[in-house]
Amino acid sequence: MTQPALPDEEKTVLDEGIETGASRLTEEKITAVINRVLYGEGGARIRVYVDTCVHCGLCAEACHYCLSHDNDPRYSPAGKVKQTLWEMIRKKGRVSVEFMKQAAQIAHTQCNLCKRCSMYCPFGIDVAYMMSVVRRMIHLLGMTPQYIQSTAHSHSATMNQMWVKGDEWPDTLQWQEEEARSEIAGLRIPLEKEGAEIMYSVIGPEPKFQAQLIYQAAIIMNAAGMDWTMPATSGWDNSDMAMFTGDSELMGRIKRRHFETALRLKVKKIVMGECGHAFRSVYDTGNRWLGWRMPPIPIVHAIEFYYDLLKEGRIKIAKKWTDPVTLHDPCNVVRGRGLHEKARYVVRQICENLIEMHPNREHNYCCCAGGGVINCGPPYKMTRIRGNRVKAEQLFATKAKGAKTLITPCHNCHSGLEDINHYYGLEMDVKFISDILYAVMEKPEKA
Amino acid sequence: MNEIYRFVTGPLAWASFLVFIVGSIVRIAHMIYLVRTKEGFIFSYISLKYGLRSIINWLIPYGPVNMQRHPALATVTFIFHFCLIFTPIFLLSHVVLWDEAWNVSYWSMPDTVADVLTVVVILCCVFFWFRRRLQPEVRYLTSPSDYAILALVAAPFVTGFIAYHQFPGYAFFSILHVLSGEAMLVAIPFTRLSHMLFSPFTRAYTGSEFGAVRHVRDW
Repeated sequence: MTQPALPDEEKTVLDEGIETGASRLTEEKITAVINRVLYGEGGARIRVYVDTCVHCGLCAEACHYCLSHDNDPRYSPAGKVKQTLWEMIRKKGRVSVEFMKQAAQIAHTQCNLCKRCSMYCPFGIDVAYMMSVVRRMIHLLGMTPQYIQSTAHSHSATMNQMWVKGDEWPDTLQWQEEEARSEIAGLRIPLEKEGAEIMYSVIGPEPKFQAQLIYQAAIIMNAAGMDWTMPATSGWDNSDMAMFTGDSELMGRIKRRHFETALRLKVKKIVMGECGHAFRSVYDTGNRWLGWRMPPIPIVHAIEFYYDLLKEGRIKIAKKWTDPVTLHDPCNVVRGRGLHEKARYVVRQICENLIEMHPNREHNYCCCAGGGVINCGPPYKMTRIRGNRVKAEQLFATKAKGAKTLITPCHNCHSGLEDINHYYGLEMDVKFISDILYAVMEKPEKA
Repeated sequence: MNEIYRFVTGPLAWASFLVFIVGSIVRIAHMIYLVRTKEGFIFSYISLKYGLRSIINWLIPYGPVNMQRHPALATVTFIFHFCLIFTPIFLLSHVVLWDEAWNVSYWSMPDTVADVLTVVVILCCVFFWFRRRLQPEVRYLTSPSDYAILALVAAPFVTGFIAYHQFPGYAFFSILHVLSGEAMLVAIPFTRLSHMLFSPFTRAYTGSEFGAVRHVRDW
């Protein structure tokens, strides 16, 4: 086709990680890495998927990037494969440095790996997997976008995503404990309690700049009378940017530390906060890399945890949230774990009025932040926002029906939807479930 | 002319069926070999129950959300695939050929029905052709090979139609009909027509991941 590979508006992006990495490349090196990934590490799925795709274009319907760019075919799932893997296979890996720079942008910033397209392809072809394959090549070529690579470095050096130092972690927990004790006397955030029923794990950004979420979790755990603990060592962070950069080896190290921490504490299960990508890593990808078909210890996402608490009557609601709410279904816990009905149960228990957005459940539109895209940082903020106009339209339609609060039980979705909210002037109130649960629940005065 | 006809319906037919069957087996065996050597984990996730659940749901007309969004395409696709497979198998003159060669005989449809189904296949191909030309998201993905494959699929039906109605030069078209049919058979394992072989596996695998691990529907 005569169209340029990248739309003009995306060409202004200059990413130091990609540029510097690309400046060190030779075409021989590119060819070697592509062939290593295509025919050495992988092979079965790539080959079958590429051979089976009949170029029907039905996946275009699935992708929020494509829908948001007036159905520009370059943003369709198969269109992205065409601009990356098809070309690499056709040229037997002999592609230029320029080509790889574009491939890096496409795979890292124009696909959230949300897998909606797998549900729209008649053959169930997994384009998200193919974009991950491209990211793996980009990683091996050392040209991953700078911001997300920095978080991967942090994982590698500190075993958490946000460069939280060893002493800062327990310090933050104690700080939140102290804060919470002014509300509930005697409340504890139990550290290193061996044999507790639950290890509660969070993502790096929580202690870094959303410490109130740990506070809320402590209040909820306390009110429900749970036997829980948090590790004082590394292994507390369940997040995983390495999974998104294609650094599988590092992903394995992070997840091993997480699982081993839970096993060291001899807990019965891991309960995790409202994060989607971390759930994907712990429940679906990290365990596989380590050779576990399913996680070696039960993993309970916050949605499911709140569901159990409410269902068992462990938490009582003082007064339901009055503003009409709508619920965003995050890909990793809905399309990735089927928690949509449980999420609705929870929301109905704590809010007076739930107004559905459409499409919803498995078919919901992505937040455009997940899959590591928001972690590629400020250079791509507008790529995300322009790439998700359809989300704004979906939310405007829901707002027109009266929804004021937007509940999103996932960190990436939360941040991505805040951006959509501000840029498009939605003026909705974006909340985690725990924000609302904390606000409406009955709280004991003493722990 | 008769000799050529005997050759294309004799040894060449044998050869093309052989290539089709052996080629298909080899392609599937190679896929399984690749999965075993490179991505063996797939064997631990593939599930008969959820694989079949996915395949069956995608065989229900207008069941999947995407089919509901493209009712015209869904209709044409179903009719096309049905006619494409049904017509050559149950065409009287093909059944006669099986009878002559193997002494096996089975039900065949009346010729007028076959004639209609043939025209339907051709019209479906025309539809797909225009869809490739006109729909931007399809056009972007289209390479010359996609048109070639479409032509390859239409050819046996066009030539068959001409031969059956004994238009001028029909003897030549009869030979072309047999040749193009054989070409299509031979092409199945080695082109994107191999979706006939692979799609049950890709669908089943995605269905298994969505059903058994993710606990959601994939349609």
